[in-house]
Amino acid sequence: MQWGSASEFFAMGGYGLYVWTSFVVTALCMVWEVLALWRRRAAARAEHRAMLLGGTDETAA
Amino acid sequence: MSVNWSKYSAPMAFYPLAGRLIPWFACVAVVLMGVGLYMGFFVAPTDFQQGEAYRIIFVHVPAAWMSMFLYVVMAVWAGIGLGLNARLSFMMAQAIAPTGAMFTFLALLTGAMWGKPTWGAWWVWDARLTSELILLFQYAGVMLLRTSIDDLRRADRSSAVFALVGVVNVPIIYFSVQWWNTLHQGASVSMSTGSKMAATMLTAMLLMTLAFWLYSVAVILSRVRCIVIERESLPVWEGEPTVVQKVAEVR
Repeated sequence: MQWGSASEFFAMGGYGLYVWTSFVVTALCMVWEVLALWRRRAAARAEHRAMLLGGTDETAA
Repeated sequence: MSVNWSKYSAPMAFYPLAGRLIPWFACVAVVLMGVGLYMGFFVAPTDFQQGEAYRIIFVHVPAAWMSMFLYVVMAVWAGIGLGLNARLSFMMAQAIAPTGAMFTFLALLTGAMWGKPTWGAWWVWDARLTSELILLFQYAGVMLLRTSIDDLRRADRSSAVFALVGVVNVPIIYFSVQWWNTLHQGASVSMSTGSKMAATMLTAMLLMTLAFWLYSVAVILSRVRCIVIERESLPVWEGEPTVVQKVAEVR
């Protein structure tokens, strides 16, 4: 292992800004994608349920 | 034992199968990502030329590989869809595009983060970077073309043709560092000469690539499920038999 301390680890030999931006943005994108899919799934199911059970003019046609 | 795989080409049969597979792909992806990050940050040594900046490789290369790989897979599904007129194939192609676009964006962004400290520039118009940027526009084109056409079948076919034509760019991206004199470095891993990296660096990179690949499978399968619900007008969700029953009673 090459890190003497936590601050050395976060400094990344002076490249901390570049390294951590890369990793954090990648992680955020992935988390965002998963959350967006959950919401999309919930919305699709809710709409589907409403369409099947609602008996509104959407299904009457 | 023979399994009739063709039955899974029907969205109704595919939906529960995908639902069972997603947790496995997701769990393995998370585990591999953990191990890969640990190896990348704590086991892999400091690069003698680039110092710690090289560690961006552990997201940059997997993201870039996935951006190209997913485009090819998307084009293959689009081609199958056009050839067999199969709904599920078009849905697969539709589901792949956003994830592919995300990885293309990440490859470009992490590339900029790597370029600034090592080349002194966020961006240069060299062949590798430019062709990857074009890939991002192609993903955007595939998605925009789909949303701009109201008729689903025409949207499927148009975006499939667009995706298929654009696949020519993938070998251009891949071989750009050989064909042209680029600022971007050549391949660190190749089929013919093997790896030019330390074994632990290579292991960490391959673990991250596998993790990204499994993540993509999980996310794309779950997006296909959303698309099936949105496009097919049948009660396909699992775990809610009461709703299905109520619908049956009403009818």
